[in-house]
Amino acid sequence: MSKLVRLEIDGKPVEVPAGTLVINAAKTVGIEIPAFCYYDGLTLQGACRMCLVEVEKSPKLVTACTLAAAEGMVVRTQTPQVVQARKAMLEFLLTNHPLDCPVCDKGGECELQDLTFRYGLGESRFLETKVHVPEKQWSAVVYYDAPRCILCYRCVRICKEGMGVSALAVVSRAVDSEIAPNMGDHLYCDECGMCIDICPVGALTSQDYRYQTRPWEMKHVGTICTHCADGCTTTLGVYNNRVIRGNNHDRTGLNGEFLCVKGRYAHDFIAHSERLKCPLMRVDGKLVEVSWSQALAEVAARFGGIRSRGGKFGVIGSTRTTNEENWYLQKFAREGLGTGNIDHHRSGDVISLLSALKGRADALAATSDLYERKAALVIGSDLAQQHPLVAFQLRANWRHHESHIYTVTRGPVREDAYSRLRVRAEAGRELAAAKSLRQALQAEPELLILFGDCVRGAAVHELVEFGDSLGIPVRYICLVDYVNSRGAMDMGLTPGLLPGYQPAAAPGLDLAGMLAAADLDALWVVGANPLKNAALAAERAFVVVQDLFLTETAARADIVLPAACAYEKTGTVTNVCGEVQRLSRAVTTMGAKPDLEIFRSLAARMGLDLGEPETDRVYAEMRRQLPVPAAGEAARGVVASAGDTLFTSGTLGRYCGVLRNVREAPGGLYQ
Amino acid sequence: MPYNEPSPLEVKVLTRRFGLADSASLDTYLATGGYEALKKALGMTPGEIIEEVKLSNLRGRGGAGFPAGTKWGFVPRDSARPKYVVANGDEGEPGTCKDRLLMEYDPHQLIEGMAIAGLAVGAHAGYIYVRGEFRYIIRILERAVEEARGRGYLGGNILGSGFGFEVYVQSGAGSYECGEESALLESLEGRRGVPRIRPPFPAVSGAFQSPTVLNNIETYSAVPAIIREGGAAFAALGTPRNGGTRLFCLSGHLNKPGVYELPMGFNLLRMIHEVGGGIPGGKRLKAVIPGGSSCPVLKAEECDIAMDFDSLAKAKSMLGSGGVVVMDEDTCMVQAARRIMEFYAHESCGWCVPCREGTNWLRRLLRRFHAGEGSRSDIDLIGDVARNILGRTFCPLGDAAAMPTIAFVEKFRDEFEAHLEGRPCPFEGRRREVPAP
Repeated sequence: MSKLVRLEIDGKPVEVPAGTLVINAAKTVGIEIPAFCYYDGLTLQGACRMCLVEVEKSPKLVTACTLAAAEGMVVRTQTPQVVQARKAMLEFLLTNHPLDCPVCDKGGECELQDLTFRYGLGESRFLETKVHVPEKQWSAVVYYDAPRCILCYRCVRICKEGMGVSALAVVSRAVDSEIAPNMGDHLYCDECGMCIDICPVGALTSQDYRYQTRPWEMKHVGTICTHCADGCTTTLGVYNNRVIRGNNHDRTGLNGEFLCVKGRYAHDFIAHSERLKCPLMRVDGKLVEVSWSQALAEVAARFGGIRSRGGKFGVIGSTRTTNEENWYLQKFAREGLGTGNIDHHRSGDVISLLSALKGRADALAATSDLYERKAALVIGSDLAQQHPLVAFQLRANWRHHESHIYTVTRGPVREDAYSRLRVRAEAGRELAAAKSLRQALQAEPELLILFGDCVRGAAVHELVEFGDSLGIPVRYICLVDYVNSRGAMDMGLTPGLLPGYQPAAAPGLDLAGMLAAADLDALWVVGANPLKNAALAAERAFVVVQDLFLTETAARADIVLPAACAYEKTGTVTNVCGEVQRLSRAVTTMGAKPDLEIFRSLAARMGLDLGEPETDRVYAEMRRQLPVPAAGEAARGVVASAGDTLFTSGTLGRYCGVLRNVREAPGGLYQ
Repeated sequence: MPYNEPSPLEVKVLTRRFGLADSASLDTYLATGGYEALKKALGMTPGEIIEEVKLSNLRGRGGAGFPAGTKWGFVPRDSARPKYVVANGDEGEPGTCKDRLLMEYDPHQLIEGMAIAGLAVGAHAGYIYVRGEFRYIIRILERAVEEARGRGYLGGNILGSGFGFEVYVQSGAGSYECGEESALLESLEGRRGVPRIRPPFPAVSGAFQSPTVLNNIETYSAVPAIIREGGAAFAALGTPRNGGTRLFCLSGHLNKPGVYELPMGFNLLRMIHEVGGGIPGGKRLKAVIPGGSSCPVLKAEECDIAMDFDSLAKAKSMLGSGGVVVMDEDTCMVQAARRIMEFYAHESCGWCVPCREGTNWLRRLLRRFHAGEGSRSDIDLIGDVARNILGRTFCPLGDAAAMPTIAFVEKFRDEFEAHLEGRPCPFEGRRREVPAP
């Protein structure tokens, strides 16, 4: 912590750490100093000149965004000179800016509009012809309208500094200056849309949202993105029960302003025309639409029959359903159906990690550690592709705190560019390669170790032993794929472990075992697609599938129940770092039901008393003691990442128009 | 062949080799006292060199007039990073054309000055950043550097002293803004030429984030004479606090335009009439821009003035970079203001709002005004817009555009009024464009 300095802003005493910028020091006492180009966390520009203030002993006005607070400094932000300067800057900005706010896509949430309203002149003295150039489309997502651009360079900086992509730059000079994409006339980039979201005016707009509605006509619902495991908050703009856009302009959540292409644009699967809206039942070999009561009655009857004759069930859960749903599903399976055959697609070996750590809760990293810890070792993951928030935070840590990053990967990854040391390792040799970094790692004061699916089973124990032997505090993150991959394990969707990683008395079959069991009587698949790349051995098994779409697995089902997606329900999900976050319902799809509701209806029809899955109770289950899995569990079952990139998202990705339409710029590992 | 006939009134210190056969060659340079200052400096301590430069009252010839010795003294002695000497040869100020001659006719003088600066601040590398349009000068400089290195005046062990200094020639990228010191450094490092936030100043963190001393070509070119003859002798050539001679670039309505080396404090009227040969056709003097296009114009009656930094500052103008533009009675001041603004609106780097938008606005206003489509309120608006730029831009380019504009409106308001409401320019037909020198 740097030492505190005292200064005075508009007569108010302010005490802030030395080095704090005056623009931020003013905020601490409720004084707003307007600015366009200043943006927290990005390099300083001093370009918009909106934040000019008077500083005692300084002959000229000074930009508060570049001025560090100093002891005894006297700042004035409301003098006639300052007020006049702000009016002048806004007048300058508006000389060539189109004044068509009523039809501008940014109208209503435009910083230029807001600051003109608050600080601007009432009229324009500019009578000359405005400079005009036509709008350009840079990609399937990004449009640039140069005349609206106020050249604050936020987009250039977020792309370069925040994303590590550097797809944008300034070209030309003087009043003809404009932003240009890296390929001359188009973009080759992550299509993350950060440039659009950070744009204070309507210069950058997205194909996804532009000219669809007015911002004030939408309901803004902050919820957790359903795609990867990082747990970003996405604020969905909902109009007329339709998600029109996703962004995180308000910088809430773990992700601050960050969102990737999926969090921002991959929401159109919700309203996809192939979305299931009516239960299907197999009649004469064909799936036909039936009513909910018909479908549920059939499932209840068949499940009841199989249970009563002691038949063999298999239950496959989801990595995108909520903790409450997962908790209830495992209870349904174990208590209601009397089976221990329950599993899900495991994409990272969290279980072995917890087992190896033997209850050391302080060895599990939080998302905030990614930005705060002094060193990180990344093993076997292309973070920028698979864990964009993790990559963003590590990059920000490196930029702001000069943290040290070490990478061990099969091929080139974006993190190479700012890694202190990088090692290439063939598949299966990653752990050995990581160990070769011992000397450098030992010299670090602390370390985060992030590992993907290439380190699993006994190798995880070996990795933890290696970490322990470094003699420095080490925290771990086991990288998993989807929004609630971690929660599925926490909630006991595994054959050997109950919720909270308590060992099951009689471990059942794992996913592969269920698919291979020729004597399986019923297979219940909730939000998963195990038959995409595998066959079901039990040809005569009764298959029930709850899903959004008619997947390969659903196509094999006897009953298909249309499920609601994560944006259509409430509940909690647990991210890659084990942080539990709440979903909010943004929209509803007529005909589809949340999985929890389906479970309860089914339980009622089967006469099962499984209790109410109250959130608090699920929390209690999850947090019960420290999760220490039984020894040996780790070796069982298949752990493999689905290998999604920024532009894929398992089954959901197939139904996201934007993901299918953008020109993909996959990381080196995927090219 | 020198650029123009010298004047007998000149005091030739920096330009003494102009006109000699093969003046750019090392042999000519050595035959005329070349590299003696460097030899002398090698026997001096850095502190002694800086003291000598301070004693000379040498002030920055790029325009700002900051004392060179003081600037060198800002470079931290104990920095762990390498230090650099950078010469600003991006001469782009309209009306100024002296650095080009210094580079073209006496490149070794510049190289020697830079090497002495390197010795003074502990730098082992120097860059000459040359305006992109001066292609042929880059070749001259590179040849000179090669020659100097070949005979041990540059390189790892200069004249066996153990002191090493290399000079590199870098082409500019064609922008006036790159003459601003921090934008020059950005451009030198291979980026877009836009200015940097200061502090830190170049003396602390300049080229490649290292301590850097950055001066104009003419400033470095004065250094060998200062070390050779002593700071006091150089200072004595000028007026108090304005040491030495200066290259004045006389252009505009003169019988003998050209670059003349005159003592600091030389009277402007004498400069026009005795050095520059007076105004063609016996026309009367109307106005003078005393130091390049960014300096506020002087009316004829203000021209009985000593040409040094302090006297011009007192007259609310600037000595700037020595570009003296003389305008006779037939010159339209609205046209002159417009011409200058065309330049700044074209050359604004676009980085900050007031300069980017303000210069464009003024350009359009002045164009319209000169075309006779202006209204009375536009006269005040021109001044207002310029004042809204003044002191609020990121770098001095905004001020450079605003100051002359404000002066034109204030000093020649009557001429602006003469253009009002559809009237054609009253000077139309009387005056052709300002002749190129």
